[in-house]
Amino acid sequence: MNALKNPAHRAWLIMMIATAITWYLGEVGAAGTLAIVTMLLIAFVKGRLVILDFMELREAPRLWRALLEGWLILVASLILLAYWISLK
Amino acid sequence: MQPLAVTHPADLAASRRLPGDLAIWFFILAELLAFAVFFASYAFARASHVAEFNLYQQTLDRNAGALNTVLLITGSWFVVLAVQAAHRDDVKGVPRNILLGFLCGAGFLVVKVFEYAAKFGAGISLSTNTFYMFYISLTFFHFMHVILGMVILAILWFQARKGAYGSHDAHGLESGAAYWHMVDLLWIVLFPLVYVMR
Repeated sequence: MNALKNPAHRAWLIMMIATAITWYLGEVGAAGTLAIVTMLLIAFVKGRLVILDFMELREAPRLWRALLEGWLILVASLILLAYWISLK
Repeated sequence: MQPLAVTHPADLAASRRLPGDLAIWFFILAELLAFAVFFASYAFARASHVAEFNLYQQTLDRNAGALNTVLLITGSWFVVLAVQAAHRDDVKGVPRNILLGFLCGAGFLVVKVFEYAAKFGAGISLSTNTFYMFYISLTFFHFMHVILGMVILAILWFQARKGAYGSHDAHGLESGAAYWHMVDLLWIVLFPLVYVMR
């Protein structure tokens, strides 16, 4: 378990599991509000790991960390809004 | 007078460091905004063509999409390991990990070419319908970014073999790495959006 002390290794492992979950949701044909919110949350967690542990913005000036995380929140919100409109 | 050993919040702020060059981050931000417009356009176009998008999404190769997610995340991870190797002056580890990252990118391109061949072979084109127009243009725009990322990795690999990166200077490597991670970040949104969400 020593290897998981490296944040990059930990991020990789979590993202592999997250990708498998998204793939599985596709296999079982998950659809609708709960499926969409779950997949967006998974994408958000993965994207945030890339930003913080791969791009190494965790300890970067707050502005840049906020800009990248803000982009992720913006994109996820716009997608959620569009799907919410489509479900009405 | 305060004792010098005390760490002030201001000192902490000063120790916060942006990896790579500032210019690459502005470039990354511009690219991310362009893709944000593209992603939102897809989602809102879908809202007025729900039945069409749900129908033709089922023709996409989800396994290929998921495999490509694994390849890009793993390729990104290798490049993080290259940066970490540079910081601890592991001279051999830097080019080796860059090369492994490059190979993951090559794997992505191979999978994508097979996927495109199947679609184009079935007579699908940009003008087939709105869904395929978005599928082809979005994934191809991203495909071009994977290629640019691999060109950058190739340059970094040549430089790394000459011992250009180490604890003394890893700026160029960090800049290229940041761009490569952006390509990964974009696919992390693109895959569920286009291949899975319905």
